Amino acid sequence: MADFVRLEYKIDGENFTSAGEASVMVKRNLRQMGFDPEVIRKVSVAMYEGEINMVIHAKGGVATVDVYDDRIVIVLADEGPGIPDIELAMQAGYSTAPDNIRSLGFGAGMGLPNMKKYTDEMKIESVVGVGTTITMVVYV
Amino acid sequence: MNNPTEKKISITADYRTGGREMLNHSVMLDITKCRGCTNCIKHCPTEAIRVREGHAQIENARCIDCGECIRVCQYKAKKAIYDRFEDFESFRYKIALPAPALYGQFEEVGELDVILSALVECGFDEVFEVSRAAEIVSEYTRKYLEKAGSGRPVISSACPVIIRLIGIRYPLLLDRLLPVLAPIEVAARIARNEALAKHPELTDEDIAVLFLSPCPAKVSYVKNPLGTKKSAVNGALSIGDFYFKLLSKMKHITEPRVQARSGIIGISWAGTGGEASALFNDKYLAADGIENVIKVLDEIDNGNIRSLDFVELNACNGGCVGGVLNIENPYIAKARLQTLRRYLPVSLNRLEDGKLDGYEWDISPDFEYAAKLSEDRHEAMRKMKRIVEITNELPGIDCGSCGAPTCRALAEDIVNGKAKKEDCVLVIKELLAAFYHSRKAEDEKTGSEKTGSEKNENEAFMRAAAGNPSEAPDAHEPEAADAHDSEEAGPEAKAPDAGAQNAG
Repeated sequence: MADFVRLEYKIDGENFTSAGEASVMVKRNLRQMGFDPEVIRKVSVAMYEGEINMVIHAKGGVATVDVYDDRIVIVLADEGPGIPDIELAMQAGYSTAPDNIRSLGFGAGMGLPNMKKYTDEMKIESVVGVGTTITMVVYV
Repeated sequence: MNNPTEKKISITADYRTGGREMLNHSVMLDITKCRGCTNCIKHCPTEAIRVREGHAQIENARCIDCGECIRVCQYKAKKAIYDRFEDFESFRYKIALPAPALYGQFEEVGELDVILSALVECGFDEVFEVSRAAEIVSEYTRKYLEKAGSGRPVISSACPVIIRLIGIRYPLLLDRLLPVLAPIEVAARIARNEALAKHPELTDEDIAVLFLSPCPAKVSYVKNPLGTKKSAVNGALSIGDFYFKLLSKMKHITEPRVQARSGIIGISWAGTGGEASALFNDKYLAADGIENVIKVLDEIDNGNIRSLDFVELNACNGGCVGGVLNIENPYIAKARLQTLRRYLPVSLNRLEDGKLDGYEWDISPDFEYAAKLSEDRHEAMRKMKRIVEITNELPGIDCGSCGAPTCRALAEDIVNGKAKKEDCVLVIKELLAAFYHSRKAEDEKTGSEKTGSEKNENEAFMRAAAGNPSEAPDAHEPEAADAHDSEEAGPEAKAPDAGAQNAG
């Protein structure tokens, strides 16, 4: 089936308390479409981590989830500061999150590593000062 | 309760329970009292209610018997059904299972013994406190948490609404539920066995075990048990319904005949935090109120609460004392329980030989995911695509006027063939406005030259929208559209602006 369902969410960077809501919506929609619980778990964790990152580092952005019958493609695009050293950012435990965010239990440096761990493909395109686009694919 | 005007809605259930039987709901609607307002649809945690044909309708497949709609209905059109003591007269031996919430309903009761003795005065042969079984479940839970390997946090399974809510909204969390029978079931099994041992002349069929319930969810639990195929409880009476009978007997009790055998732990189960604090482990969370519970479950579902060992969730504010079948304000009831339990031992009931078996679920609860769009993935995806499109076309104000709780829910109903887009008042309003303006422009352009069937068609449409489809079109043709409206009501109209009011 070439056709797909597009789910789009604007991630509000001003409101930290609403971070993670898009992930909940995606999960609900995938469930209604009858996807396997494991697939849903992977998509929602990856999506959640990315959403939090966009709120912490980039003042929000846009999440686009394209649902095909054999794969789910998540594109997270922001116009934030960009990632200067992607290899370093991918290291478990490396974090640039500010202290006030860490006090909430975030900023453990596991965001990007988890996104990679829970998805089958992941591509980071980032330009310092312009923004970051992360594309992740989970195969069904 | 068997008032003939009461009508159970949507009997065509496909709701599956642990035993995969049909679910007999205990929350019902009195159609004669329902005004079709949107209060209940906005508060239903599973979006199980729609207002259609002027009144509410409850979808069996989604209803979890939480009682929120009973709580919020200002016309008292939502009701709980429950059993009556009189229905069990024919049983030779009747055992009362009082929920600990019962003890908080009475003012100035010095000790539990008075309440328990009054139950015997009311016709019960035996009383077995559910709080006793709760202490056993607490010990079981402590041991269960010591076992390595179980996913964290473990979620309490005592509140049947929570189990059904998880089954319907959070299927991934079903395996986190504590796989132990609820205190009501443990109490019924022990009470039955004790009665049979004490009275060899009795058979199992002679015994009626009746729960005094604070909520409709436990009433439906008895008919549709969770974790076991058949409940050892025969019926559930309403605490509120039994209250006055009990109160009148309590007044005359000077020498209590029954001695309570619960400790602080068992009594504390009546309120939120009671179950969790009995674990002697500070890595717990206790939440109550269905909306708060949903927020906590969202967090657990996202994997955010991994550091906790146990999560106690109660659908009602305050815990079981907040159930809709109670008489007293939940917080007052909780305060009374604090007084009642003050000089009690910590716990008086234990697992026999410390063994865990015997109280575990016989079967795991199994649910159909009610909101699933289709069994066929492609069909489900097609539907989802339409839902997203329609949701974007709807105003997004979630007003409820269409009868669905949110614009998204209306979009789902439309795609599932249960509603149409024109059910949305704003969509209709826009259609009308667009039509009105196009006609006005048309009139201005063609002026009085315009005649014929096109115009009559337009008029008929406007009248239909105003609720007067039967009236014949007026041949008379005024200059301006506004004036036209006022004449359109036909020759019978007495007031000059009657037609305009209708059309508006």
